[in-house]
Amino acid sequence: MNFEGILAQLAAMAAALMLGPLLVGWVNQCRAWLQNRSAPPLLLPFRTLHKLFWKESVVAHGATAMYRLAPYVVFSCMLLASMIIPTLSTNLPLAPAADAIALVGLFALARLFISLAAMDVGTAFGTMGARREMLVGFLAEPAFLMVLFTTSLISSSTSLATIVTTLAHREFSILPSLAFAGLAFTMVSLAENARIPVDNPATHLELTMIHEALVLEYSGRHLALLEWAAAMKLFAYSCAGIALFFPWGIAEANDRAPLLWALPVLVGKLAVGGFCLALIETILAKMRIFRVPEFLATAFLLGVLALLVHLLLGA
Amino acid sequence: MNGSPVIAIDGILVVVTAWLCVGLAGIAALRNFRIVARILFPLSAALSVTLAALALGALASPPEVAVLAIGLPDLPFHLRLDALSSFFLVLLGVASAGISIFASGYFRVGEGTPPGLICLQYQLFLAAMVMVLLADDAYAFMVSWEMMALSSFFLVTTNHRIPEIQRAGYLYLLVAHIGAIAILLCFGVLQANTGDYTFANMRAQHLSPFWASCAFMLALFGFGAKAGVLPLHIWLPEAHPAAPSPVSALMSGVMLKTAIYGMLRVAFDLSGTPLWWWGVVALVLGLATALFGVVFAAAQVDMKRLLAYSSIENIGLIVMGMGLAMVFAAYRMPSLAALALTAMLYHCLNHAMFKSLLFLGTGSVLHATHERSLGKLGGLMRYMPWVAGTTLVGVIASAGLPPSNGFVSEWLLLQGFLFTGGLPNPYLKMLVPLFAAGVALVAALAGYVMVKFFGVIFLGRPREERLSEARDAGALERLGLIWLTVVCVLLGLFPVAVIGIIDPIPYQLVGRGLAQSGHIGDWLLLAPVSAQRASYSPLLLLLATLALVLFAIIFVRRLYHGRLRRAPAWACGFTAEPTVRMQDTAEGFGQPIRQIFEPFYRMHRELPTPFDRNPRYRVVVEDPQWAWVYLRIAAAIESASRLVGGLQRGRISIYLLYSFVTLVALLFLTQA
Repeated sequence: MNFEGILAQLAAMAAALMLGPLLVGWVNQCRAWLQNRSAPPLLLPFRTLHKLFWKESVVAHGATAMYRLAPYVVFSCMLLASMIIPTLSTNLPLAPAADAIALVGLFALARLFISLAAMDVGTAFGTMGARREMLVGFLAEPAFLMVLFTTSLISSSTSLATIVTTLAHREFSILPSLAFAGLAFTMVSLAENARIPVDNPATHLELTMIHEALVLEYSGRHLALLEWAAAMKLFAYSCAGIALFFPWGIAEANDRAPLLWALPVLVGKLAVGGFCLALIETILAKMRIFRVPEFLATAFLLGVLALLVHLLLGA
Repeated sequence: MNGSPVIAIDGILVVVTAWLCVGLAGIAALRNFRIVARILFPLSAALSVTLAALALGALASPPEVAVLAIGLPDLPFHLRLDALSSFFLVLLGVASAGISIFASGYFRVGEGTPPGLICLQYQLFLAAMVMVLLADDAYAFMVSWEMMALSSFFLVTTNHRIPEIQRAGYLYLLVAHIGAIAILLCFGVLQANTGDYTFANMRAQHLSPFWASCAFMLALFGFGAKAGVLPLHIWLPEAHPAAPSPVSALMSGVMLKTAIYGMLRVAFDLSGTPLWWWGVVALVLGLATALFGVVFAAAQVDMKRLLAYSSIENIGLIVMGMGLAMVFAAYRMPSLAALALTAMLYHCLNHAMFKSLLFLGTGSVLHATHERSLGKLGGLMRYMPWVAGTTLVGVIASAGLPPSNGFVSEWLLLQGFLFTGGLPNPYLKMLVPLFAAGVALVAALAGYVMVKFFGVIFLGRPREERLSEARDAGALERLGLIWLTVVCVLLGLFPVAVIGIIDPIPYQLVGRGLAQSGHIGDWLLLAPVSAQRASYSPLLLLLATLALVLFAIIFVRRLYHGRLRRAPAWACGFTAEPTVRMQDTAEGFGQPIRQIFEPFYRMHRELPTPFDRNPRYRVVVEDPQWAWVYLRIAAAIESASRLVGGLQRGRISIYLLYSFVTLVALLFLTQA
C-alpha cells in the first residue's frame, strides 16, 4: 500500500459519494424529459440531502438501537462496495479485501440490516417492506452471483480487478455467455435498485412499494443517510455493470494520467447508462408484486444459462 | 505405541472418565439441584475445555493408538487418535464448553427427569460422542454409537409426560436404529469376510468397486439418518423442539457432526479412494437436503423447528462439500479436494458454533416467555439485550454474510465449485459449477429465514402483553452465549489461522493440505490458490466498515447536529392507534416463500369466509416426505404382515404341519 494507492482509494470514495446522487439527479432529469415534463435541477438530490440532514430526526417510541444504527451500517456498506468495485482504477488497496462473492455478501448485509430495522418499529408497513425486500433479495442475489460466476469462469478468477483486466484485454467480440449475463444483470439491477418494473422509486402508494415501505418511518439525518446509500447503490450497480460489460477505460495503474482520464470516461458511461435506465422506466409499467418472483427467476435462469453457455461453448 | 509416551489419547480418556464420574456424582445428588447446577455442570464445562486443548495439541501430531480391555473377553476396545478425530474432538470440546456452562444456568427445578439424572445422561452423551470419535474398531464404534443414541434419547424425552415428546422420542429412536443397522452392515462389508473388525484391517482390505460402493451407500444411509440427510431427516424437526435447549444445541451442533465424521471416515479412510460417482450422489443428495431444509425453515412458526430445518440445510451444504471433495479425490486432484474438504470442515465447525448459539438463545427466550411459537413473541430486544445481541451474531453467521464465520466457509465452498477446470469428465466439468447456483440460492434463502427468525422474535412490538415481563438471561447462561459468540467472531475474522488448524485433515485424507499446497495468504488476507484468483479479508472488511460508520457519524454530528425526538410511529399517516396484531406474523412473513415453493409443501389451510362471526385463519405445513415415503412404507409393511398373518391359523395341527414340512425340506436340502 503506497501513497498513490491511498490517493486512488480516496478518489474512488469521493467519486461514489458525489457521483451517486448526481446519477440519481440525471436519471430523474432524463425521465422528466422523456415524459414531456419540465425537469428538476440536476443537483436536486444534493439539496434534498442537505435539507434532510438539517432536519430533526423523529424516532418512534420503543425503537431500539438497531433502528438508529442501521442507516449508518447501510451507508457504510454501500460506500465500501463502491470503493471495492473498480470504478476509476483496478489497483485499489481495499480491493483484495473482497472479491465478487464478498461484494454480493456486502450488499446482502446491508439488506439484512435495513430489513431488521424496518421490523423494529413494529408497524404493518415496516414488516411488509422487510418481507418484500427479502423476497426480492433472495432471488436477485443468486442471479447476481450467476452473472459474476460467468465472468469469473471467463477470467478464471473471482477477484474483481482480475475480471476487469481480463475482460478489458480480450479482443472485441460479443460472447454469447456475456450477452445472457448482461441481460440477467440488467434485470437484477432494476430489482435491486427498486426501479420500474419491480418497484417505483417515486411512489408512496402503500400497497405497491418496497423500498419506500422500508424507510417509511425514517426521517431527518437517518433518512438522508439511507437516501444517499440508495444513490450509492445505484452507482455501485452501474459501475459493476460497466466494469463487467464495458471495462474499457478503467485505469490499471495509479498514475495520475490514466486516473484523470478514467473519470470523464466513467461519467460518460454513467450518463449513457442513466439515460437507458430512464428509458426503461418510461417504456415499462410496474408489475404486480406477485409477478416479481417470476421476473427474478427469469433473471436467475438467464444467469444459469450464461454459465452453461460458457461451459458448453467455452465462449 | 512406538515406545513413545502417549499423552493426548490418555488425557482424553481421563476426561471421558471424569465426565462419567461427574455423571455418577449427579446420581448421588439426584435431587440436589444446587450441587448439580452450580458444581457439576461447570465442572463438565471445564473438562470440555481441557478436551479441546488436548485435541488441538494432537491435531498435527502423528496418530496415537490405545487398547482398552473392556467389554467381552476377546474383544477389547481399539482406540485411535488421528487428525480427523482430533478435529471433531476440538469441535466437540469448544461447543460443549459453552453449552454446558449455559446448561448450568438453564435447568430449573420442575417436572420431568430429576436434575441428577439429566446430569448423568448429559455426561454420558458427551462421553459417548468422544468414544465414537476415538473408536478404531467396529465393535467399539457401535457400542459408543448406541450409547450416544440412547443417552440422547433419554435427554430428548426429559419432559416425558407430554405425549408429543414421547412421540418425538420414539421417532428419533426408530430412525437412529434403522441407521445403526445400516452402519453395522457397512462395517460387515468393509471387513471383507476376514472376521477382523478393527479399522486397521478394513484399511488393509482392497474391496472390489462393487463392494466398496455397497459399503459407501450403506454408510451414506446409516450416517445420513443421524445427520438428517433427505429423506431420513424427519426425526430432526420433531426431536429438536422436544428436547431442552442445551440438548438441542448439543444434538444439532455436535451430534450431527459425528455422523459427518462417520461418512468421512468410511469414504476417505476405510474404503480406500472414493469413486467419482459417490461424489455425484453426495452432491445431489446434499443439494436436495439443503434446498428442502431452507425452504421448510421459511415456513415454520415454531422457533426451534425453524432452527432444526436450518440444521438440515447446513448438513446439506456440508454433504455437498464432501461430495465435491470425493469427486476431486477420485480424479486425483488433491489440491482441489483439499479446498473442498477444508470448506466442508470449516462449515462443520461454524455450524457447530452458530447453531448451538442460536439454540441456546431460543432456550433463554423460552425460559423468559414460556413460548416457542413465533407468533406470540416479538420485541424482546428491549427486555433481553444480551440474548438479542449474541443471537444477532449467530443470525448473521447463519445467513452466511460477511464478515461472519458462516460466510468464510460458504465462500470457500463456492471457490471449490467454480474452478473445476481440469476435471477429465466433460459432464462433471459442466455439472459441478451448476451446483454453485444451488449453493447461492440456498445461502440467499437462509438470509430470508434468519431475518424472519430474528425479526419476529426480537424486533417489533411484543405480540402478547406479558412479554414485557421477560427478563434477560442469567449470568451463567450469558457466559455460555458469550463464549460461543466469541468463538464465532474469531472463526470469522481469522480464517487463515483456522485453515492452518484444519490443514492436517485434508493432508491425512487426500494427501495434501490447503496451506501446504502453497499460498493461502497471510494472517490478514485469505487467498487460497493465488491472490490473483480470489482473496478475502474479513478483518479488513470489518475495520473498513467500522471506520466508515465512524466517518458517517462524525460527518453528521460535526457538520449538522444530533437532535432526536421521540414520537408515535407514523405508519404512513394511519390515524387509528395501530395494534400489535398489524405486524407480520411468522406465517405472514413466510407467505411469499410458501407461495413460490408451493409444490414443495403439503398445506392445509383454513380460510375464513366473510360471514364468519369469529374469523380464524389457520395454516398447517406438513412435510411431504411423510406422505411420499413413510406412509407408503408403513402401508407396504402392513400389507406384507397381513399376508404373513394369513399363515397363522391359530390351530396347533397347522403349526405342526409347518414344522414337519420345514423339517422335510431341510432334510432334502442337506441330502442334495
